[in-house]
Order: sequence, then structure tokens, then C-alpha cells
Amino acid sequence: MSVAGTAAPRPAMKPKRRRIKPRRVALYAFLITLTFVWLVPLFVAVYEAVRTNADVTKNGIFSLPQSFTLDNFIKAWGQTTPTFPQGYFNTLVVTIPAVIIVLLVGSMVAYAISKYSWRLNLVVLMLFTAGNLLPQQAIILPMFRFFLTPLFHIPEPLSDNGLLYDQYLGIIFTHVLFQMGFVIFVLSNYMKTLGNEVIEAALMDGAGVLRIWGAIVMPLCKPAVAAMAALEFTFIYNDFFWGLLLMKTQDRRPITAALNTINGQYYTDYNLLAAAALLAAVPTILVFLALQRYFVSGLSLGSTKG
Amino acid sequence: MGRQRWHLLTGRDKLVLAVMVGIPLAIDIALVWGSLVVDFLWSFTDWQGSGDMTGGGLGHRFVGLMNYTQLFDGTYPFFWSAVVHNLFWLGFLMFVATPLGILLAVILDGQLKGMAFYRTVFYLPVVLSLALIGIIWQLQYAPDWNRGFINGVLHFAGYDVPGIKDLPLVGQWFRDVSKTDWVGGDLAIIPTVIAASWRHVGYICILYLAGLKSFDPVLREAAAIDGANARQTFFRVVFPVMKPINIVIIVITMIEALRAFDLVYITNYGRSPMELLSTLITNNAISESTRIGFGSAIAVVLAVVSLVPIVGFLIATMREEKQ
Repeated sequence: MSVAGTAAPRPAMKPKRRRIKPRRVALYAFLITLTFVWLVPLFVAVYEAVRTNADVTKNGIFSLPQSFTLDNFIKAWGQTTPTFPQGYFNTLVVTIPAVIIVLLVGSMVAYAISKYSWRLNLVVLMLFTAGNLLPQQAIILPMFRFFLTPLFHIPEPLSDNGLLYDQYLGIIFTHVLFQMGFVIFVLSNYMKTLGNEVIEAALMDGAGVLRIWGAIVMPLCKPAVAAMAALEFTFIYNDFFWGLLLMKTQDRRPITAALNTINGQYYTDYNLLAAAALLAAVPTILVFLALQRYFVSGLSLGSTKG
Repeated sequence: MGRQRWHLLTGRDKLVLAVMVGIPLAIDIALVWGSLVVDFLWSFTDWQGSGDMTGGGLGHRFVGLMNYTQLFDGTYPFFWSAVVHNLFWLGFLMFVATPLGILLAVILDGQLKGMAFYRTVFYLPVVLSLALIGIIWQLQYAPDWNRGFINGVLHFAGYDVPGIKDLPLVGQWFRDVSKTDWVGGDLAIIPTVIAASWRHVGYICILYLAGLKSFDPVLREAAAIDGANARQTFFRVVFPVMKPINIVIIVITMIEALRAFDLVYITNYGRSPMELLSTLITNNAISESTRIGFGSAIAVVLAVVSLVPIVGFLIATMREEKQ
């Protein structure tokens, strides 16, 4: 196979190139079958979403379409609780600040523990990483209680009830808290691979540590930070648990938690559910298709240490 | 070297660094690790909470190990069934989904046509939220022949496909099976974990492929020169060298099995027959009743079990660090 693309094929090579290896055929057959199986659930969702309820009820989902409609999308867009524009807003108003803050804070901690030696570096890293790996349900009860406790009054634009509970701020805070461990783990590993000479030179020239973080380290970390941004966007966008439990007002819930409400509301209307699921999936799918490389390299950084 | 840099720092620099690490660390310790301590303390009380969980946190009636006794002696039947479900979830991911992900990674690491397409297909579910995956699979599993895709196909085969519908036993089998309520029966956890695997396989594939890319091709060439075939090369050369990533994958699989929540919650609120430890915590203490002491005991069990893979991962990371 590797001869392909070299000089003009010599007649003697011809039979060899034409020979079909059974192993290779089996491999393609396996891959194509699996690809098909993998795509079926998505196709079914699309197929359900573009047909009318009456058509599917009468003919079954496994039939040729007797209808084509975009009404399910229109209905899901405006008539669910929350509506989709509201749901997207709820998600973005949480996701964008959370991603920015977690990258800022996470990169600062990663920088401090990977570039300056103190005895507790490893312990700090372990505490953050382990905290990130704990199932969130294990600590939801105290967190829930903490969110309801008026330790100090949070002023109006940030919270309209003075608490963290049922507020965008609370969800942002939780995401930063839980995603920090992962960001620190990945970025500190990445930063360790960077040379220290520039930092030392800058320190001798009298630059402060904060300045070095912003002017030297962060620019060098651009690929890792970009990968983390793509990944964290997906992680936080996809959150269901915190948005469901720490946000009481249904109209403020992020889109994934809103799916739960819609699922309860329209559990008999599969066409609408399918349309709602697809609408909710669109932003992450777009981010994934546009930034697949960053997304994959972000996950890879987490598992292979650069 | 690090020491040297430390001496270049001014007092102000040291203060800035201390704040940079100190504030996030303090918040992390207080809320994440502090929460575990609070869970632990609550688990010895019979605190019922009050409607909205306001009111005092500690100082409720101390009941010793009562909550734990109720869990372990079967007084509360859902605990052991949840343990079984979590174990099944773990077993299925570990022995079916994870190996399939590794196999796909090995295949996709080779030279095949249309590679980018295959990768995109298998990676796509990884970016979808599990709640959304729950809804997408609800469409496949729905019980009515006209609603559920799986039952629709079985129904079609049993009633409309000439070769199948007329076969005496087979046709009837298709007709009978097409009435199955996949996620309503006692074994509902099986179809649910299959839906979870749809995502998990791609996740493992991405991680493992990253490991394979960093694998030194010289080793593979050496194995080929020694006459090893593809399978021997993988099991005797690649797999052992990939030990660090194997550990990461085992840890991730275990954590995913313990964390499972969204998928069952969106399907049936994590109630029987799909209860998991994670859903028992929220259903006992937040959503349906407010038995906070009891819910905390389950949370403690979940946390202790989770610490096994977490500590394993930390030890493995530390070892690597020392090398």
C-alpha cells in the first residue's frame, strides 16, 4: 500500500497492487458497520424531528416518510419551558464567564506550582486533581446547604435573592470550582515542558511574577489554553447536574437541564423531543466540528502529559 | 534550578504567588474536601432537613451508625440494588466499551482511507451531554412499535419481511420482542449503559489514540523485523509500553461508572429499576425527601469507593513525576 504515490507503476508490480487482502476487507467491513451503528441514533433523531407526530404514530418511525415539517423545531424553539432562546442565554451567561475564569485562575495556579519550587507543589496539585475526580453527587448535599446559607449578602446585580442558590453566579462559581482541578493538572504538565531560561532572565531584569505569567508564560501556552478552552466550553455547556439541582427557577436553567423539564412536559411527543434534543446539540456539535483538533488535543493533553 | 528562581523573587512576588495559589486552594479545600467532612458528620445524624434545607446544619440528633446499618442490612432495599447497578455499569464499561474504544484507537492509528470521517463519527457523541444522549436513546428504546426505533425494526421484521414473518418460531419471536419495554423492565440498566457506551467508546478512543501517537515507531519496526504480527506487536510491545495511559483509562472508566447520573436521571429520575448510588443521594436528600443524614451516609459510601481509583491515579502520577 505504501508504494502508492511513488514512481510510475512497473508492470511487474501490477498484480501485487491489485490483490485484495482479506484482512483489510474485514477491517473496513468492521469499521463501516460500526460507523453505521454509531450514526443510527442521530439519524433516528433527525428523522423523527422532521416528520409530523401523526405520520409517525400511524406509520411508525421505521417507515418511509409521509410528511416533512419543521414545525417541531419551531414549537420546541418557542413553547418549551424555558424556551430555547432563553435556554441558550442561560447556558451562555454561565458558560462564557466560567470558561474565562477557570482558564485565568487555573493557569495562574498551574504557573505558580510548576514554575516556582516549593515543598507543597505536589500536594497542591493532588488536592485539586483529586477534588476534580470526585463524583459531584458525593458532595452535593453540603454544597446545596452552603448555597442556601446567607453567609454574606451578595448584592443585587449578581444575585437577586442574596444567595448563591438559584443564581447564575452560583452555577458559574461551581463550575470554576470543579473544572479548576482539570485545567491545573493539564496546564501545569504543559508548563513543565517549557524552558525556564526566559523566566529567569525576566526575573533578573526585575519583572514581577504576574507580568511574567501574562507576557511570557501565557503566550507560550497558547495551544494548550486553546485546547482547554474548547474542552471546557463543552464540559460546562454539557453540565446537567449542577444546573438542575442548584437552579430552582426553571426559566433560568441551562439548556441541558431544561431538556429534563421539556422531557417531562412533552414526554408523549417524541417528534418535539427529538427536535429539542437536536436544537440543544447544535452548539456543541458546531464547536466540535470547527475545533475538533483543539478538542482532541485537549483530551490528549490530559491523558498523555503533553 | 527551581531554588535559584525562588531566590530571585522579591517579597512582593512571593506574596502574589501565595495569593494566586492560596485563594483557589482555600476555596477548593473548604468546599470540596470540607464537604466530605460535613457529609461524614451528617451521616451520623437523623437530620431530616426542613422543606428548603434551611435551618441548622449540625447538632441534630446523633444516631451513631444507624444510617449505615439501614444501608448495609437491607432495611433500605435500594442500596444494594444501586450497588449492583453501579457494578454492572462499571463492568460493562470496563469489559465492553473500554476495550472497544482501545480496539478502535488501534485501527484508527493505521493507514486507512476516510480516516477523518471515521474519527469524527466516533468522537461526535463525546461532545454531547449525557442528558441529551438520554433523550436520543429514549427515541430508540421507546416501547411502542411506531415510536421506538428498535421495536419498529423488530416489528417490521416480524410482520412485513416475507422471509422472516412466515417462519414459525422466528417470526413470532420478532413479533414478541417488538413489544419489549426496554427501559421500563427490571433489566433497564442494560440498555441504559449501552447508551452510555455510545459516548464512552469514543472518549476512550480519543485518549488511547493520543497515547498511540506518542508511541515510538522504532519499537514497532523492531517488532516487525522480529517477525511479530499485528496482534503480537500490540499485546507484547505496544500495550506494555502504554502503561501510563492504561492507568488513566482504567481510572477514567471507574470514575465514569461512579459518576453516572445524568442518563438515568433524564430517563426515569434515577428511580427503581435504574437507581444508582448517585441518584439515591439526591433523591433521598433533595428531590423527593429531605433525609439529609441518610443521604449523607450514601454520599460517604460513594466518596470512599471513589477514593480507590483516585488514590490509584495519584500514586501513578506521583511515580511518573519522580522518574
